[in-house]
Amino acid sequence: MATAPRPTVTDWSTDFDHTHPDYAASAPQIWDDLRETCPIAHSDRFGGTWLPTRHDDISTISKDPERFSSQGVVVTEFRPDIPAPMGYAPPITSDPPFHSIARGIMLKFFSPKAIEAWEPAVRRTCQELIADIKDRIKAGESEIDAAKAYSQHIPVRVIAEMLDLPNEDGDKFRGFIHNTLEAPGLDEDLPWEETIDFYLDAKVAERRENLGDDLISYLCEADIEGMPLLDEHVRGTIALLIIAGIDTTWSAIGASMWHLAQSPADRSRWIDDPAVRPFAIEEFLRFYAPVTMARLIAADTEFEGCPMKKGEWALLPFPAANRDPEAFERADEFIIDRARNRHTAFGLGIHRCVGSNLARLELRIAIEEWMAAFGDFELADPDTVLWSTGQVRGPRSLPIRFPS
Amino acid sequence: MKITYDRSACQGHNRCYMLASELFDTDDEGYAILLVEGDVPAELEEKAQLAADNCPEFAITINE
Ligand code: HEM
Ligand code: SF4
Repeated sequence: MATAPRPTVTDWSTDFDHTHPDYAASAPQIWDDLRETCPIAHSDRFGGTWLPTRHDDISTISKDPERFSSQGVVVTEFRPDIPAPMGYAPPITSDPPFHSIARGIMLKFFSPKAIEAWEPAVRRTCQELIADIKDRIKAGESEIDAAKAYSQHIPVRVIAEMLDLPNEDGDKFRGFIHNTLEAPGLDEDLPWEETIDFYLDAKVAERRENLGDDLISYLCEADIEGMPLLDEHVRGTIALLIIAGIDTTWSAIGASMWHLAQSPADRSRWIDDPAVRPFAIEEFLRFYAPVTMARLIAADTEFEGCPMKKGEWALLPFPAANRDPEAFERADEFIIDRARNRHTAFGLGIHRCVGSNLARLELRIAIEEWMAAFGDFELADPDTVLWSTGQVRGPRSLPIRFPS
Repeated sequence: MKITYDRSACQGHNRCYMLASELFDTDDEGYAILLVEGDVPAELEEKAQLAADNCPEFAITINE
């Protein structure tokens, strides 16, 4: 899709643009600078956007849904037209009191014990992908793009299996995600048949006729005080699972591999010391937290001295909170066995990522299987690694070489 | 060492259950259940501290 290049940013404290390639390339530095000089920055872009970078402020905004509505969670030039409390994709676009109802329906499916049962399926997926990569290496390929051959497929296959949708639809999912997260607002011009809503309406209708034990059927059978969920609710929640579950996890796995590719010390620690692995996973999540959310300001308000206007955006850069030295010791260092790690990769407050147990499982198994197969690997060329722009940050291209 | 858990602050991040399953279980919606009352058995003190230090919502408190 051809998009006009974003205008250059000269001053990040007055004109930042989180969709600019310069932000993608050096976001952590920008957050660190702003936290020191202008901890709640403002930009006129996107009709007015605020960027807090302190853990404290990000936490306060996350926990104040009255002033900071979730009706819009992805910053665009447009404002979402489906009103809270439900919003387009419940529960992420819902505000209280509807939010807890929509969220409550999903919690059982995603509880830690329910998710543990998916471990064999996740492991099988990773092993299949690794077998393909080994075949390619055997056939003489010396460089593998680990983002395209490995990390991007894992969440797609797992969520397709949960929803009982064909694996081959994975490419479609990635298109939908791109339209929503990486080029938001542009899908207004898409033909209806190419939208995620068209695709899912057909699937929901099919499933209502023929229930199974998958997650779509589970939502079709769920009720709110005896009333079945509206079709738009089911559709919106499935769209949310596809959009929120894939890019995010792909990014977390890819960023962790990017780290390991460049750190022989952390690779050997991972291999030699299984007890460090749970801590390493959380440190990957802290240091490379992929997700920045947004809120819509519900009414004119003053926050920490900043005059915020109704209809402006507030970004919630959880990765910036994770690097705040007020909240973390040696915040700017990756410490593989960090024992105190209250990271916010999955958000804070009532919208805490419903999929966090699944995301952790996928990240852990992906790295376990990869490290068991390829203990030694490096970036083919650091300059060809491509980071995504926008609110989900991770490597979209990750060429890897295996020393022989 | 005493441990307390604030259900109203808990958002079900499940860090406590992962780090200290001897001290925390989870209910079927993923909220934590504290398994001990008051004093933490000496051999679990380290784990109790870990759980508190990793709860993103500050829902677990330790008192010496
Ligand atoms: C490493 C991977 C992931 C990260 C970093 C991540 C991050 C987040 C964050 C920060 C939020 C909070 C949103 C807010 O405050 O507005 C969130 C919400 C959510 N995530 Fe994730 N997520 C990941 C993977 C997943 C997966 C695998 C699923 C499901 C398949 C998922 C489903 C959801 C849902 C349903 C919500 C909405 C919860 C609510 O509004 O109550 N996420 N995620
Ligand atoms: S770590 Fe904290 S928020 Fe998470 S389940 Fe335990 S007590 Fe609740």
